[in-house]
Amino acid sequence: MLNRTAENVARATPEPLARKVRGISDKGLAWLFISPTILLLLAINIFPLFWAIYLSFTNYRANRPNEVVKNLGLANYQRILGDKDVWIAMQTTAHFVFWTILLQTLIGFTLAWLIDRKFRGHAFWTTLILVPMMLSPAVVGNFWRFLYEPQIGLFSYVISFVSGIPPTDIQMLSNVSLAPWSIIIVDTWMWTPYVMLICLAGLRSIPEYIYEAAEVDRASNWRQFWSITLPMALPFIMLAVLFRGIENFKMFDMVNLLTGGGPGSTTEVASITLKRQAFESWRTGYSSAFAIILFVAVFGLANIYVKALNKVKQR
Amino acid sequence: MKSSLKLALGLASAISASAAVSNVAHAEDLTLCWAAWDPANALVELSKDFTKQTGIGMKFEFVPWTNYADRFLNELNSHGKLCDLIIGDSQWIGGAAENGHYVKLNDFFDKEKISMDDFVPATVVGYSEWPKNTPNYWALPAMGDVVGWTYRKDWFSKPELQKEFKEKYGWDLGPPTTFDQLKQIAEFFQKRQIDGKTVYGASIYTERGSEGITMGAMDVLYSYGFQYENPKKPYEMEGFVNSDKAVKGLEFYKALYDCCTPPGASNSYMGEGVDAFKSGQVAMHMNFTFTWPGLQKDENVGGDKIGYFVNPKGPDGDQFAQLGGQGISVVSYSDKQEAALKYIKWFANKDVQAKWWSLGGYSCLNAVVKDPNFPASQPYAQAFLDSMAIVKDFWAEPSYAPLLQASQKRFHDYVVAGQGTAKEALDGLVKDWTQIFQDDGKI
Repeated sequence: MLNRTAENVARATPEPLARKVRGISDKGLAWLFISPTILLLLAINIFPLFWAIYLSFTNYRANRPNEVVKNLGLANYQRILGDKDVWIAMQTTAHFVFWTILLQTLIGFTLAWLIDRKFRGHAFWTTLILVPMMLSPAVVGNFWRFLYEPQIGLFSYVISFVSGIPPTDIQMLSNVSLAPWSIIIVDTWMWTPYVMLICLAGLRSIPEYIYEAAEVDRASNWRQFWSITLPMALPFIMLAVLFRGIENFKMFDMVNLLTGGGPGSTTEVASITLKRQAFESWRTGYSSAFAIILFVAVFGLANIYVKALNKVKQR
Repeated sequence: MKSSLKLALGLASAISASAAVSNVAHAEDLTLCWAAWDPANALVELSKDFTKQTGIGMKFEFVPWTNYADRFLNELNSHGKLCDLIIGDSQWIGGAAENGHYVKLNDFFDKEKISMDDFVPATVVGYSEWPKNTPNYWALPAMGDVVGWTYRKDWFSKPELQKEFKEKYGWDLGPPTTFDQLKQIAEFFQKRQIDGKTVYGASIYTERGSEGITMGAMDVLYSYGFQYENPKKPYEMEGFVNSDKAVKGLEFYKALYDCCTPPGASNSYMGEGVDAFKSGQVAMHMNFTFTWPGLQKDENVGGDKIGYFVNPKGPDGDQFAQLGGQGISVVSYSDKQEAALKYIKWFANKDVQAKWWSLGGYSCLNAVVKDPNFPASQPYAQAFLDSMAIVKDFWAEPSYAPLLQASQKRFHDYVVAGQGTAKEALDGLVKDWTQIFQDDGKI
């Protein structure tokens, strides 16, 4: 019936119009629909990437548009890779990424495991735990800056109450040893719920019958955790680590708001160095090369990691 | 029918007339770009007279200090038309002149009989000239500013504190004239209980992100003997930037930071300094003089409770202070340059400059600041005048931004983070600055 109607419509369509419609194939139509998106991607993602690659081989400076742009070959790359400050910034970034991921994974998974017990009021606690993640990083940064304030900050008073150290001596953002940890604490506070959420999805995806079979075999809770829960939730945990790793590698907002990279250069992560070179020192060519190096590093590490993730999933 | 036609015609003409009027008004509106701070509010008030006189409307684009350079240098570099007039920082002048961002004002000054001799010489060199000390003018000195100090006169005059201080240090507690005296006073007040509150010695600049610690450290280094370059050989910095005297100056700044600042003051600049002083935390406060009118009016710490003093002398008696302030320039990408020049002509007028000072701006016109009544016009007027007589400024080269970033890093690493020695910090600075000038082809 439907086919007959379609045939009738086709027959009734005037020949010139029918020829036009016949001119667009299914593939053509598909391209027609996706071309705006592709054009947009080319304009705002791909073109800037290639432009940055080109600039990375030059001495171009955005604040000196009238100056002759010279081709420097690999000089920018050589300079970056030989720059002690860049390596210090990379080490700071690695330290930050390692500790935030470790803490967020441990706490996030523990919280997910607890929430998964489905105790009374677990929905309320889940929502409450998720609140930090919903806040804007700008709000969180400013809010914690006040909490860390040695003279009026609540954080200093709580630590002082517990440890007996005067609050004015607890200078989280000014002390060279404490400043990196102050950022790690805030990032962990804010993003652990995100890790928890992914882990919770992993835990909820484990079929109940596996635990029932384990209980029939008289496996202890501990054995069930190590042999069922952890291996089956591992792909989800690894996914959370990947997401947080990529995010924290390019962390900027929290560091900028809390310490601005200080004291000295103690918390100057790679993205802060990059921003300073690009938009304060206006070394556009140099900073483009730095951005490319960071891009390759993240892309390479993420690729290796995804391969490992796939292997775990296939087990 | 006839009446409705008339009504329609009337409405149509009224709409087109009002559109035409608003277009004319908007076409003449000028946009002035500056930092968001107290003097900017004074300028808004002052500019109402300009609109009254000329019919040219004024719009303002004010950006907080922390984003001021980023925002407006981006605007200039992208040849944006947002700003017709800009009050740009003194260090921008080299880059703005060489990159063609500002309109050169020599011909205009000649035509309008505006003489740079009528302005305080330091402000002409600092805000208008590029290359420095040559008669090439790119701005009209607009807002004189310099780093100076405020102190708590009420605390200094407490008899019990005066007595204790004299016994301890052997001289009368009062505004310091040397940096050693300043440190002694700061130590004396550090963690002292006054009126039931713990107070601290001094608030100094330690900010890392923009220019804070450089402005503060330089304020001390100049008087200790730091020089940017060999006066006889430009860009030769070895032995000048890292001279023994400069090293001692930087060591002093660190010692002052370590001994006598409030807890957590590791990232303080203008705003944080004002907060520390206003909240009664510190006995002395380093800041640009633009903050003084606001502090003078403050109910808690202003009036009779506040005093002002010039940046103290170094160990050899040298005395300099870090120049702040800005000149006003016409942006070369503006379509309204003629109207913008009219504003500059109006702003250079003596009466306007006098009103500018009375509203809280700092005039650079000799006729205003050398008026016999000027020192008594405000409690801080004399300290401002004395400070303006001893100014030095940071590099104003086109590469000022990387030069500044290098000093920010070196100073903060040593002073706040305590990494390395003062000598290593200044040696490193020579290396960084040399590299920047080599990249620029100046060495």
